Amino acid sequence: MALLRLIARLDIKSPNLIKTIQYEGLRVMGAPHDFALKYYHAGADEIIYMDIVASLYGRNHLTELLQTTAAEIFIPITVGGGVRSVDDARALLRAGADKVAVNTAATKRPELIKEIAETFGSQCMVLSIEAKRRKEGGWEAFRDNGRERTGLDAVEWAGRAHELGAGEILLTSVDREGTRKGYDIELLAAVTSVVPIPVIAGGGMGTCAHIVEAVRQGGASAVAMADVIHYDRMSISQIRSEAAAAGLNVRKL
Amino acid sequence: MSRCVSVIDGSGGNLLSVRRAFERAGAKVQFVNDGDGIRKAERIVVPGVGAFGRGMDALRGLALVEPLREFIAGGGSVLGICLGLQFLFEVGEEFGEHSGLGVLRGRVRRLPDRDTADRPLRIPHIGWNALLRPRDETQWRGTILERVAPGYAVYFVHSFAAEPVDPRNILAECEYGGHRVVAAVQHGRLYGVQFHPEKSGETGLTIIKTFLEL
Repeated sequence: MALLRLIARLDIKSPNLIKTIQYEGLRVMGAPHDFALKYYHAGADEIIYMDIVASLYGRNHLTELLQTTAAEIFIPITVGGGVRSVDDARALLRAGADKVAVNTAATKRPELIKEIAETFGSQCMVLSIEAKRRKEGGWEAFRDNGRERTGLDAVEWAGRAHELGAGEILLTSVDREGTRKGYDIELLAAVTSVVPIPVIAGGGMGTCAHIVEAVRQGGASAVAMADVIHYDRMSISQIRSEAAAAGLNVRKL
Repeated sequence: MSRCVSVIDGSGGNLLSVRRAFERAGAKVQFVNDGDGIRKAERIVVPGVGAFGRGMDALRGLALVEPLREFIAGGGSVLGICLGLQFLFEVGEEFGEHSGLGVLRGRVRRLPDRDTADRPLRIPHIGWNALLRPRDETQWRGTILERVAPGYAVYFVHSFAAEPVDPRNILAECEYGGHRVVAAVQHGRLYGVQFHPEKSGETGLTIIKTFLEL
């Protein structure tokens, strides 16, 4: 079977890698390419670059960075932030991305998912969902990095996106993002039980036990991590050996 | 000495990552889209993304089919990647039946949509999966997998897989949903890989380097 993927997620406010807590309180970490290279050599299975201000400014600034990175990193790269059209997606794929992640524009015009999937294949089309718990139960999808409500139920939105041709879902819990308290397992389980496509757990990774929960109880096919590796609390190779020791089926290096 | 590799550019698709990976592995890369380019090649890479029929149509449209067959018949060193592996076979079943290069006997069929326990299986097969020896006696020494051990993972994105008539053509397999799926094929100096070595990290680069040195 396909192996559990350990994915390094880098949020970028051009030209820097930044880290937030619940998408607030932005802190500058350094040059994204240097971090990506480090993660590649430590054995990351994939890299996600997310331009976190792209939706605000209406364009993605990662093309140059992507060209630099794709020349030195030989694993799949997903890029998101500000993708509003098939042409935006094409520009990123041409610059070296293997997949594009779409959130804001798809919540405004869901057909974008279908257009990207039909043009480049479902395997290229990742739907990014930023989900926040509602007081009355369930989760609402947010856009613009957890800043704006969409009114969409996150679980229903995931199902709709799959029908439109999304090949994968990057599911980030806004409540857990940057907290290191663990992934929102109920959210993961709710989404993985309705969509047959791979779901990447995001938001809250702090220890290896969180990965085990995300996979065993949440049904995640992949886990995204940021804080824990950016601050060097754990290295990806350490996470990989701990995951393997816990019986998870990870890539052997 | 710089090793030259001629990458077939039939589709006008995105070959950037293939180019970069071969360059990183020490090759001088050139793109070719005519018969003359093939005849002069030192070694050839046949990449491919997209559908079988359209991909073969593109090769035919550029009159590359005969030169490629001749290059292979003459014992030239060739590596087909993903769809490029599938082209080597007689028939592809993606969107109807289409003939391939037919330099290896067999068909390219859709992956089974149920696992061996009859549960639905996710198609396409996307992600990292381990390379396995198809049979105990299959040796990887002297092949592109010489420096790779069974269990090493590589990156796959595909919905169709080759089913060679001659089991000796199968160099490596992977397991998906309990099924054995062809991951690499070989006949002499002709190789095909279903996975993407250009996206398979250092393992992929090692395979590319080994191909360049064979």
